[in-house]
This record gives sequence, C-alpha cells and structure tokens, in this order.
Amino acid sequence: MHFKTENNTAASINLEMESDVLKSITYTSAKGKLWIALLLLIFIAGIIAYGIQLKNGLIVTSMRNYVSWGLYISMFIFFIGISHVGALMSSILRLTGAEWRFPITRMAEAITFSSLLFAGIMPILDMGRPDRILFLFTHGRIQSPILWDIIAIATYFVGSTIYLYLPMIPDIAMLRDKLNHASRWRKKLYRILSVGWKGTEVQKQLLEKCMNIMTAIILPVAITVHTVVAWLLAMTLRTGWNSTVLGPYFVSAAIMSGAAAVLIAMAVFRKAYHLEKYITIVHFKNLSLLLFVLTLIYAYFNLNEYGVPAYKMERAESEYLNELFYGAHAPLYWSVQILGLLVPLILLAFKRIRNSIGWIVFVSSLIVIGAMVKRYIIVIPTMLHPFVPIQNAPIGYGSYFPSVVEWLVTLGALAGFILVYTLFSKLFPIITLWETSDAIKDKGAEIVGVDSRVSSPVSI
Amino acid sequence: MQEEEENSRRSFLKAGLITGAAAIAAGVIGCNSDTKPPGSLTGKKVPLLDSAGNLIYVDEGQIPVHTNFKGITNEESRKGIPGKKFVMVIDLAKCDGCGKCTEACNKMHFLPKEKEWIQVLEMQDAPKEAPYFFPKPCFHCDDPPCTKVCPVDATFKREDGIVSVDIDRCIGCRFCMAACPYSVRVFNWTEPVKPDIIEETPSMERAFQSKKGCVEKCDFCSHMSRVDELPACVTGCPMDAIYFGDENEDAVTNKSGQTEKLSQMLEDRAAYRFMEELGTKPRVYYLPPVNRLYPKPNMNDAKS
Repeated sequence: MHFKTENNTAASINLEMESDVLKSITYTSAKGKLWIALLLLIFIAGIIAYGIQLKNGLIVTSMRNYVSWGLYISMFIFFIGISHVGALMSSILRLTGAEWRFPITRMAEAITFSSLLFAGIMPILDMGRPDRILFLFTHGRIQSPILWDIIAIATYFVGSTIYLYLPMIPDIAMLRDKLNHASRWRKKLYRILSVGWKGTEVQKQLLEKCMNIMTAIILPVAITVHTVVAWLLAMTLRTGWNSTVLGPYFVSAAIMSGAAAVLIAMAVFRKAYHLEKYITIVHFKNLSLLLFVLTLIYAYFNLNEYGVPAYKMERAESEYLNELFYGAHAPLYWSVQILGLLVPLILLAFKRIRNSIGWIVFVSSLIVIGAMVKRYIIVIPTMLHPFVPIQNAPIGYGSYFPSVVEWLVTLGALAGFILVYTLFSKLFPIITLWETSDAIKDKGAEIVGVDSRVSSPVSI
Repeated sequence: MQEEEENSRRSFLKAGLITGAAAIAAGVIGCNSDTKPPGSLTGKKVPLLDSAGNLIYVDEGQIPVHTNFKGITNEESRKGIPGKKFVMVIDLAKCDGCGKCTEACNKMHFLPKEKEWIQVLEMQDAPKEAPYFFPKPCFHCDDPPCTKVCPVDATFKREDGIVSVDIDRCIGCRFCMAACPYSVRVFNWTEPVKPDIIEETPSMERAFQSKKGCVEKCDFCSHMSRVDELPACVTGCPMDAIYFGDENEDAVTNKSGQTEKLSQMLEDRAAYRFMEELGTKPRVYYLPPVNRLYPKPNMNDAKS
C-alpha cells in the first residue's frame, strides 16, 4: 500500500456538496453530542442488564417452558427485516436504473450494516449457554435451520459490508486527502480504508466491475437470508408457523420495513446535517411510492397468511386464530394490522401524503413500529398455543410479557443499532459524494433529485 | 381354576421375561461392563423367552453376569443399548390421574415441582366425547422434530429408540423446545439445585441431568434400562397403567410385573399413537380409555 496524497481523488467532485456533507463529519452540534450520549447510556444499560442475565440465567427473563422464545427472537427477526433496505437500494434500484437513488444509497446500506450486526447478536443474547457458542462450528449440523441462518446471515453481512465499502473508497480517499486537521487515528483509519485509491482509470474500472458483481450477488443473498430466518419458524410443526408462505411473507415484510426505516433516516439526516439541498422531496416522493407498492405486496401476503387458514379453521389453527382475532392478543393484533398496515396503505395511496415529508415520516414510523410488534405477534401467540393444552402450569409459565431485563437488553440493542449508525455518519460521508457528483454531471441535478441550484461539478 | 392357571402362567412369564431381558441385555453389552464371562456349565437350567416368544432353557453358567455399568462412556450412551428398541404403552383405561408417575419421575431425576418430564393432563377431544387422564412422557419419536433442528447434535436419536439429550453439548438455543409439538422439553432457566449425592458418570445416562442454560427431558430412564430395571414412572404407577419394554422382544411389563406380548396388546386393545397425523412416529402407544376402572376427570375443574 502506498499513502502518497494525491488531489485527484475523483475525476469530478461537487465542491459545494462536498463541503456541505463534510460538515457533518468535522463538526458535531451540542444536540448531536447529547444524542450520542443518550444512545450510549441506553446501550450500557442494556449491557448491564445482559450481565445480570448471564449471572442469574434466563430466569430473569419472562420466558418459560411454553414461551421459550420471546422478545429477543422477535427483535432478531425485526433487525434482519430492516437490514433488507440495503439490498433494495443497491440491487433493485440499481437494476431498474433509478438515478435518484444516489443521495440515499449509503444511508440505506449503512442501516443494513448496523442492523445486521445486532441481528447477529440477538440470538446469542437468547442462548442459555453462550459460552458454548463455538460448538456451532465444532459440532455444527448442517441439517439444522440455525446453521442455515448462520451461513446466510454471515454471507449477507460480508456481502453487504463489501457493497457498502466499495463505493466508499473514493470518498474515503478524499477524506484522507482533505481532512488535514483530523485526529491521528482518523487519518490512519482513512489511510488504511482508502487502500491507495488515486482515482486512476484502472482503479475506477475495477471498482465499477466489483460493484456490478455485488449487485447481482446481493439480492438473492438478501432474499435467502429472510427466507431461512422465516424457516426457523416454518420448519416446525407449530400452529401459526407451520405455513408455506412464511418465507416470502417475511421477505415482503422485511423490504417494506427497511424502506420505511430509510425514509425516517433520510428525514433525520436531512434535518440534523442540513442536507436539504441533496435529499429533497423528490427522493421522499419516489421512495414513498415504492413503499406504497411494498406495503401492497405485504398486505397480499397477510391475506394469504391469515385469510387462508381462517377460511378453513382447522382445529388447532382455529384456536390460534381465535386468540388473535378475538382473544387476549386481539388488541395487539388488530392494532398492528390496522395501524401498521391498513392505515399506512390508505395514507400512502394519496399523493398529498407522499408529497409531505412530515406525513411520510409519520407513516414510516407506523410501519416500522408495526413491523416490530408484528414479529412479536408472530412469535409469542404460537408458543402459547401448543397442541397439548397448557394445564397446571406454574405461575408465569402460561403467559408472557417481557421482563425488565428483556426490555433493557432489547432497548440496548436498538440503541446500539442507532448508535453504530450515527457514528458511521460521523466517520464517513452519509451521501456518496463521487457517485452523486458523477450522476449530476451525467444526468443533471433534476434526474438525481438534488436541488437544481446545486451547480454542476467542477473537474479538478 | 382357569384363573389360577392364568395367574401362574403370568407370573412364570414375568419371571422368564425379566431374566430373559437381563440375559440378552447383559450378553450384548458384555463389552461395556465388568462382566463375568460365561463359565462352565452348572447343570442348572434357567427358563428364558426368545424374541419369538418361545420358551427356551439355558444353562445358568452360560448367562453372563454383569456387576458394574459405571464404565459406560458418553460415546456408548450416544449409541444406546445394543439390540434394544424401547417402547412404552400407556393404558388410559387404568389411569386415574393420581400423578404418582410424575412424583416418582421427579424423585428419580431430582426435579423440582415446576419441571415435569411426565405430565398428567386432563383431556377431552370434543364436548360430547369422554374426558380422560393423559400421562405424557417424551414420545421418543422415530422421526423426532426436535433432533432434526438441533444445531449441535446435543439431542439425538439412539439406536435403542431413545431420544437423548447431552447436557454437556447443549447450547441452550431452545430450538428443540420450539420444534417439539408435544411441549415435552423443559429448560433450566436458573441454576438447578444439585442433589447431595450425584453419580459421577462419564455417560449421559444418569438420574440427575439438569444444567443451567440447558434443555432436558424424559429419557425413558435409560440408566435404569442399562441394569434391566423399569423406568421410574412405570414402577411408580399404582394403577399398573404404564408398560415399558423392548419392541425386539415384543414384550412390555408394568409395575406389578405383568408382562404382555406387545403386538398382541396393541392389536387387541386398538392402541393408537398421539397425533399420528404429525408424522413423528412416537414410541409411546396409548390404549383407549374404554371400560374405565376409575372416575373420569371433571373437565370443569381442569385448569388451563
């Protein structure tokens, strides 16, 4: 590796955008610091709660013999779900040639990185013997869906991290060259991560080629990931999980919740980092229209997942569905189906809603929270409806509500996820500068969706 | 008169089968145990039943005598007891729901109240159908959904039909608990209370099998079968409702030592397996609760 500083990091770069985006790296507002401190605090609380769990065993959770999987596994599925936004952006939008994607691709792919990190941690937090985790490698059985999960998630994590990293190389090289006042560790980090990028033609061609390959690879991997996560449940004989559509149903939910998550992130970054010129209503409009379509697909799978067995009402199924439709879990079930699916679907159908960032953030929040609660609704009621009746169960065994430790650990994981995401934006440009610049130069500001006042890039 | 004959025949069969089981078991496990090899003929004949149910007489000196089974390794207990195919039959007509099987099991395995390897449930399949008590051990399925999903081979099917758990291997993911359609498995949510006397065996065939963060369940008392004793629930059942035996020998025995020909019993009494439609092929058969000898459960009292 050679570390000679060169000025031509990319053939063309929009200097105005560059300085606007770099502000978020060089300067952190008081609010921003407070935000990071808050996340750190919740994260540490989560770690302490996990320490308590390690010491005393899983008795500190509300899980018992009937509900042997609870909040942790629900959150695992949720994290896997929103991680799909990276594949949506990198593959689907790239393959369909949506030029407006550039200013938001990195935000999306960073969500994938951060959420997969915590998706991978959730099942470990759920383990009774985390000290034996290496047995998965020394005694692993490929016939077990858990091994499929490990392989699929690890592949997706490596793949999506490569895909996040590749287009970052030219931008990191720029940071290496321009951030002269950065601390020593930062400089070292940028120097190592920019792998001697000088922006030569050969390097550019190579990068383009790698990115093309990753586009083709990442989509099937992403679909595989959520399918095998669904199979974790679907490969059992349990009522409610024993369903042939569970795989595609989970994939549809994943892409929908991922798109909603990135819409929220876009609004937050736009405001916090003053990126109004680069993340515009155009991006919100386009992506919320896509979200509408994704929500429709998800509604279609919901109809299949609940409607089809509800028509037949097979004995065990009917007990489970009655619990969801009219029983103890009905308030939660209907709240999720109405607020997390029906209301967003109706709202997103209106152009006026899709033209308002405020409304879009509201609808997206409904969808993300709905997705989170839905995972809970998928995991817990099924565990409470085994084939043999629950009788004479000791106190606390016949019902489930997460304990304080479970809430703290889960909140800690959520805070950790947002923290990693925030710190990412403090280390690297949250908008891919060279790609956006190139796109503005080639297609014009309007097509890329940035403010038309953003001048054409200057060649250096 | 006829009854008397019947009785004497039965007790004779009982004696024969028990010895037979012992002899066959000991003969094949000889390699694992501290066994006295078959010595010189003593001239004393011992009656035995062969696998076809025929009476044969064998010289006492030809029967190897086992004295010690502490030498069973973990690998050997993973394979199971050679030549055996354990099976259980539960006569619902005899079960009065007293729960003594659970008590005996919990005592045998040092289990606290909230753990039940064998549960006695009160069942009624439809409002007009007869309610009945339903003792539910692990079914030791021949196509077990639990071992299928285990990521580390900590739970597995042995050659003798037993589905066993290796608590030194279990990572506590609880996938097997999610996969078991019969809610048989229990988890050690906290540090289990260890009994004062724990047998230190290298084998997983032992009475106390609890470890924090690991899954456990009924193991058909494999450590008892190793020494030709019946499982705790069988010997604990005052109603003689639970039979245990070897499918290869085609014989099952209950607490009183009544030994029945398995195939005949299953046929004559229209035995069934619980939720056959799930395709798990349980090794536990139920005899329907017809001509019951006890008051039926009051379903209004059943706690759910």
